[in-house]
Amino acid sequence: MIDVRWYGRGGQGAFTAARILGRIMSVYKGGYALAYPSFGPERRGAPVWSFTRISDSKILDRSNPPVSDYLIILDETLIDDETFKVLKEDGLVIINTAEPEKYSELKFRTVCINATKMAQEYLGRPITNVAMIGAFAAASGLFEIEDGEKVLEDTFAPKLFVKNAALLKASYESVKGGK
Amino acid sequence: MAGYKDFISGDEAVAIGAKLARPEVIAAYPITPQTIVVERLSDFVEDGSLDCQYLHVESEHSAIMAVLGSEAMGSRSFTATSSQGLLYMVEGLPYVSGSRFPVVMMNANRAIAVPWSIYNDHNDSMFCMNSGWIQMYVEDAQEALDMVIQAYKIGENPKVMLPVMINVDGFLLTHTYELVEIPDQAEVDSFLPPYVTDHRMDLNDFKSVCIGVGPEYHTEFRYRQYHDFKYAVDAIAEVDREYGDKFGRYYGGMVEKYRMEDAEVVLVTVGSITSTARTVVDSMREEGKKVGLLKLRYLRPFPDEAFIGLSDNIKAIGVLDKNMSYGYEGTVYTNVNSALARREKRMPSLNFIAGLGGRAISREDIEEMFNQLLEYKGEAEADRVRFINLNLKEVEE
Repeated sequence: MIDVRWYGRGGQGAFTAARILGRIMSVYKGGYALAYPSFGPERRGAPVWSFTRISDSKILDRSNPPVSDYLIILDETLIDDETFKVLKEDGLVIINTAEPEKYSELKFRTVCINATKMAQEYLGRPITNVAMIGAFAAASGLFEIEDGEKVLEDTFAPKLFVKNAALLKASYESVKGGK
Repeated sequence: MAGYKDFISGDEAVAIGAKLARPEVIAAYPITPQTIVVERLSDFVEDGSLDCQYLHVESEHSAIMAVLGSEAMGSRSFTATSSQGLLYMVEGLPYVSGSRFPVVMMNANRAIAVPWSIYNDHNDSMFCMNSGWIQMYVEDAQEALDMVIQAYKIGENPKVMLPVMINVDGFLLTHTYELVEIPDQAEVDSFLPPYVTDHRMDLNDFKSVCIGVGPEYHTEFRYRQYHDFKYAVDAIAEVDREYGDKFGRYYGGMVEKYRMEDAEVVLVTVGSITSTARTVVDSMREEGKKVGLLKLRYLRPFPDEAFIGLSDNIKAIGVLDKNMSYGYEGTVYTNVNSALARREKRMPSLNFIAGLGGRAISREDIEEMFNQLLEYKGEAEADRVRFINLNLKEVEE
């Protein structure tokens, strides 16, 4: 069982990302997934946790994971002393940042990507979730980019799909190439 | 069996289940965390994929009264609500059940005010236990979808003719996305044919369908309600078996027993917490601890036989209540003990109160319940109601 945690602000698409990943791993990869947001009222700009739990067999454990295998941070202004406590010691963190050198001392495996810049370039808006899914695909190796494209096609209207598919590919390749 | 799999939320599963059941009338008022159910259903009606009268009502009280009216015309009807919305419906609930109209309602289980909260517990539906409705509780989104279809078949059985409330844990299920198998419409149609009844208003065949009676008939009327729940017991078992044969998913009827063989202690669960509890049972079994699980799928009718027939080898039974009947104990616990009292051999029991107002129940919490049961020798009955994960400091301050 693999636990993925997404951390962003309301409106940045952290829960959509959790859902897209769950759909990729279940509907298209033949496995099982749960995807859920931190429960409660939804407000634009407020911190939002969301979760994707992935497994080869039906998932019965619905309890909150105390620590996760992956932590994906869509908005680095949310990072404080508590943030990394939810990550396993051998876990991997993906951070959306323009200043990767800030995170060179982290004791976790760390992948940095300037997702905001890429989203601006491909979508014209700073909605970073798809770029972070591309980065996650490259860093985790859990799914092929084609499976991601299929879910984007299910999720977005045709015009938006084309833009997001290009963003997914570019973010994937930027992390893959940077390895 | 054609059909397809989709990655959807519990709310969406309920909406799709309702659509597959082909209701002729839907009346519902949106409330968190049920909102997505009514949004999806109104989408289906709007895009023409569901041929149904969708009534936009201004409150839950009107919603329940509207489906009372539509069922009085013999139309299959659906509604959905939650928490305060359900409480606002309370006046209408026994109108529907007393009139013997097989309305199906989804309730997204949510705490009731005060303290006001949008998070999950079971105090809303337990409040309505005496309303004359069949009450079922589901474990996941798949069961939620399947139960909407089963609910009509059970309720509309001519011997039963009772409304059904399907309880789905708010947020924990309503807002969690998971893989759900969606049955083929033609298969559902052959399982659940259109609702045809003569228990309806008809200008050519006059009868009173929303009855007022004096003392000379009232007791007999109530006896019929009491008695016909026994038919519901049979219908629940039959419908679940038939559904299993047709769609490949059988849920065990009124209860499901999980790893109860040779169990020394048993935990009784209701709703979505059952899934996590299964994994705790598996882990503890690996450690050699003889623990088992009894999932209650229905609270009305109450599956008393399941408790009366429990093995004498069970040393203690625990009931996890996500609700409280203030002044006594958890509602499910009271019901379980009423059945246990009819056994020849006494069975010690404990009541665990947990998960109130959205407080997460961890695997460790469930393990703690099992460990308390393993240690329990039936002493100190005054200490039988135990709040799990209670911060006493907060209470004392």
